[in-house]
Amino acid sequence: MELSSHKFKEQAGRALGNAQLQKALLNVEKGFVAKRQLAVDALPEFDALRDNARDIKNHVLAHLDLYLEAYEKKVVASGGVVHWAETAEDARRIVLEICRKANARTVTKGKSMITEEIALNDHLTANGIEPVETDLGEYIIQLRGEHPSHIIAPAVHLNKSQVEGDFRRVHTHLREDRDLSEPVSLLGEARDVLRQRYLSADVGITGANFLVAETGSSVIVTNEGNGDLTQTLGKVHIVMASIEKIVPTLEDTAQILRVLARSATGQDMSVYTTFSTGPRRADDPDGPEEYHVVLLDNGRSSMLGTEYQDMLRCIRCGACMNHCPVYHAVGGHAYGSVYPGPMGAVLTPSLNGIEKTGQLPNASTFCGRCESVCPMRIPLPKMMRHWREREFERHLTPAAQRYGLKFWAFFARRPRLYRAAVAVAMPILARFGGSKRRFSHLPLAGGWTRHRDLPAPEGKTFVQQWQQRGHRRSEVAQ
Amino acid sequence: MSAREAILRRIRSATLGPDGRSAGERAGDEQRKAGVRARLETAPRGVIPARGQLPRAERVALFEEMASAASATIARLSSYEEVAAEVSNYLRERNLPAAIRMGEDGRLARVPWAREKTLDVRKGPSEGTDLVGVSHAFAAIAETGSVVLHSGADNPTTLNFLPEHHVVIVDADAIAGDMESVWSALRNETDRENLAGGRSAGGGQDAAKMPRTVNVITGPSRSGDIEQTILLGAHGPRALHLIIVDT
Ligand code: SF4
Repeated sequence: MELSSHKFKEQAGRALGNAQLQKALLNVEKGFVAKRQLAVDALPEFDALRDNARDIKNHVLAHLDLYLEAYEKKVVASGGVVHWAETAEDARRIVLEICRKANARTVTKGKSMITEEIALNDHLTANGIEPVETDLGEYIIQLRGEHPSHIIAPAVHLNKSQVEGDFRRVHTHLREDRDLSEPVSLLGEARDVLRQRYLSADVGITGANFLVAETGSSVIVTNEGNGDLTQTLGKVHIVMASIEKIVPTLEDTAQILRVLARSATGQDMSVYTTFSTGPRRADDPDGPEEYHVVLLDNGRSSMLGTEYQDMLRCIRCGACMNHCPVYHAVGGHAYGSVYPGPMGAVLTPSLNGIEKTGQLPNASTFCGRCESVCPMRIPLPKMMRHWREREFERHLTPAAQRYGLKFWAFFARRPRLYRAAVAVAMPILARFGGSKRRFSHLPLAGGWTRHRDLPAPEGKTFVQQWQQRGHRRSEVAQ
Repeated sequence: MSAREAILRRIRSATLGPDGRSAGERAGDEQRKAGVRARLETAPRGVIPARGQLPRAERVALFEEMASAASATIARLSSYEEVAAEVSNYLRERNLPAAIRMGEDGRLARVPWAREKTLDVRKGPSEGTDLVGVSHAFAAIAETGSVVLHSGADNPTTLNFLPEHHVVIVDADAIAGDMESVWSALRNETDRENLAGGRSAGGGQDAAKMPRTVNVITGPSRSGDIEQTILLGAHGPRALHLIIVDT
């Protein structure tokens, strides 16, 4: 997709005025947050697992060259092929070559953010190969010519009548008077339509949640089963994965899996966790004849050894955006980049350069919720601050003072954002107004709360946030 | 320089040591290599939640509870003798045709299918027309209510995903407390002892021994992609029926 992060403010403004989008975004705020909390509360070892997950990935990043070599050896030993791609362009070329060799006309795809990152679909289409997205959300946005607005719920910005409209527009071979008023009928229709596509596809492309060095396996985690059909039914299975997906062993994978699904959807385990190792064996009755892994760098190796290295621990669970007041307010498309939300605000400048994405690290209120829920304990606010400092050094940002006031105004004009805005605007004011006063004494805040009801804080985490913020304020105001 | 070399070189130069030489040249590099080797060979277990660490009977009960919470249905039988009748029952109750497809797995052959006179038992991988697939689980995980199946000559992966209903037979003895125990058992397939929480000596999965596909399945397929409403029956099976055989 074309990067438009430099227009974040305009895009955010439009998003705030979009009533349908605002309604859809409530699903993020309400659904994901509560489900995660339930799952986390039910596992006393959750925080210990987060620590271990962080340590596993730190260990990998300190030995990434060695683990990549060990992983490659195992893939080759199991009959697979590893392709190394330095850039998005290299990866596109490699995938196209594999597809051409297989005489592929259609390619089914499991959900993969990396293929979004390298704009694979456009490249395949331009070369006469039809990519078919099979994850329901991805399928819907492909029909609409859009991009995912969330890394695990790509169509979270849409409502069911929009989906119905798209299905009626595209599935013209079906009876016009069919009932598509409920999500269940929409799901059934997508299932039937895509079934044929799986069975007739030549190549299946999936992403990978993990690459296991010990066994040379790629791991996908899904709920729909689309990734499994994609990778089992095609003659060729291509795995698109970035280099930091490596984990040492099956045991390490089991550790991180325990925090992944809980953080993402609030499930203990996603429905399908699948380990794939090489192509089908001589006596296997089914499975792909070829197995390829495309290992993508695209800027990641340059993050190693920098203040952004911790970002490479990310397992793409989406919790940071699910808990982000800015994401809740404007949704994913406003970010104008493949990766939205706090993780996108850190990753996108790393991959694309701060000069193109300058506004993204500002798409934050520094409330700290993202870091407090991140299963990999990635210090997202700190890294966003690093980017802001860099950006400032390059004189790409308006004066800090002006920015703070603008940001305040941005939220203050939107009453629906009241709760989020109050929660998040205070540290901003403290920082950019240079005020060392307690925020309850800030004149603006007083004026604000006098005229509006303060909604009761929702749940423990919210209260904790306020307490944590109390500590952080002194740090922020320095 | 190949892309591979360029990427690896960048990674190595990012791990520059205090002496300014690349990690690859430092004496400490042997230590790095040894660290990686050790981790791959010993495959240390991390934090194992207490939830699944239970005596056998309670472990089986937890498995049932967690699998039900993930929307699987469950039957518990005391012998393989009863499995065919249970499958017939399942089909009848849901008004499904009396036909199933399964792999050649020897454990499935222990079931007296022939006693179900009207049941049409087909063998081999699915091509997408079967309503009901029957598989035998390699193991199960009490902590999460998951079943673990792996591909092989007698176990087509398509059976786990294409049919509308997936019936999985699970030996109660193969229900482990946690996923780590399943990996131990997979490393040493015949050693069922491992499932009770023990661990085979030395990890280091031999890639040649890792089956092409290992499926960890927790409930029937679902999607929440339309308005975040969770609906069962996305692209994989709409229903997952687990038959626990506790002999
Ligand atoms: S940064 Fe953390 S919370 Fe956000 S997607 Fe990555 S792992 Fe999840």
